[in-house]
Amino acid sequence: MNLTLRIWRQQGPDTPGEMTIYQVSGISEDMSFLEMLDTLNEELILRGERPVAFDHDCREGICGACGMVINGQAHGPERTTTCQLHMRHFKDGDTIDVEPWRAGAFPVVRDLVVDRSALDRIIGSGGYITAPTGSAPEAHATAVPKEAADLAFEHAECIGCGACVAACPNGSAMLFTAAKVVHLNVLPQGAPERASRVRNMVGAMDAEGFGGCTNTGECATACPKGIPLTGIARLNREFLRS
Amino acid sequence: MALWRSSVGKKAVMAVSGLVMLAYLVAHMLGNLKVFLGPDDLNGYAHWLRTIGQPVLHYGWFLWLARPVLVAAVVAHGVAAYQLSRRDLKARPQQYVHRRRQSTYATRTMRWGGVILGLFIVWHILDLTTLTVNPAAEEGHPYQNIVASFSTWYGGGIYCLAVLALGLHIRHGFWSAAQTLGVNNPRRDRALKFAANALALLLTVGFVSVPVAVMAGLVR
Repeated sequence: MNLTLRIWRQQGPDTPGEMTIYQVSGISEDMSFLEMLDTLNEELILRGERPVAFDHDCREGICGACGMVINGQAHGPERTTTCQLHMRHFKDGDTIDVEPWRAGAFPVVRDLVVDRSALDRIIGSGGYITAPTGSAPEAHATAVPKEAADLAFEHAECIGCGACVAACPNGSAMLFTAAKVVHLNVLPQGAPERASRVRNMVGAMDAEGFGGCTNTGECATACPKGIPLTGIARLNREFLRS
Repeated sequence: MALWRSSVGKKAVMAVSGLVMLAYLVAHMLGNLKVFLGPDDLNGYAHWLRTIGQPVLHYGWFLWLARPVLVAAVVAHGVAAYQLSRRDLKARPQQYVHRRRQSTYATRTMRWGGVILGLFIVWHILDLTTLTVNPAAEEGHPYQNIVASFSTWYGGGIYCLAVLALGLHIRHGFWSAAQTLGVNNPRRDRALKFAANALALLLTVGFVSVPVAVMAGLVR
């Protein structure tokens, strides 16, 4: 496949950036999107140019490190992470726009790399349980109802990639915060800190400058892990009852 | 106050004030339909509204008690919407180069639709409450005033446009309120969306039927 790429290039956080056009050829449809970018970067390095910076780690869709907006969609046209997006979803001769996550709370570090530590600070404000550490507790010591376990697991799937923020027209982190709050608040282990957790995490989310939820549903559509939009309703309920 | 400071709390204020206005609109729409029963029915109904609560309340007091509640709801809804929108726009300082059409028409038009509705409320009160801009302006004869207003192209036109904006606003707003107040869950989601669409359709048809009937000459 031969492709035309328009990629956001930006030297550093304080320098202006712009879309730059590149041609890549000989792309296999079995390559992942990141492998396609690797191919481009190899060519750029051989030409003595600065390679395109992008985040990546596990490349198997479970770490949440990779993320870029492809043709206006977070993680591109398929509901998966960018590393698991394969080039077979594009056609020979396509022009593909690649941009970083856009949010005030996610400043661009370089090119497609953004600083997502705002999400870490939300987690730090309550996305944990306070319990003495040590050897693993006996598995049957705390009974968890099946329904609560399923719900917690569904929300625990969040990998913190930030696609929800990138996709939301308001740059809102509500789906992310909902995933973390619901995951812990429905479990007996999370119950003692239920009220303070949701208050602190929503407070941290607001303080980071994320927008609010207008229920457009873009976040849940973009989420590679399928965190449901109704999770936000549950977050709101947790917040209002606290 | 802690509620108002948080974005989630402010949304809850929007949801509750929206539901207050929605409840009022349902009653308002049903009352409007009296226009089809003739001038005596509608004018009698308008008079009866002022006698609610008598003899505990004085003539007209019920309406004067309801008005501050409605004004408070409109103001709270508007101020919260303005502040939340400011925050939302600030949260994405740089737009995407490749922009895609997002979400439904009703969702995209919530902000401007709300502004249109706010302006319409002012016009509507000047037209049919204070009668300042009404062509007939007969105090105590709402039927004649309604017919006079909707007989002009602008009176009927403004009203129909506003009602369409209202329908779209409720279509997204009602379900949104359920999300915001945390009553939505995967089992209720479809029912709530259906209820939002049904309410939007019912109110649109109910409200728009009056100017349409006047303009078609069915009510005169």
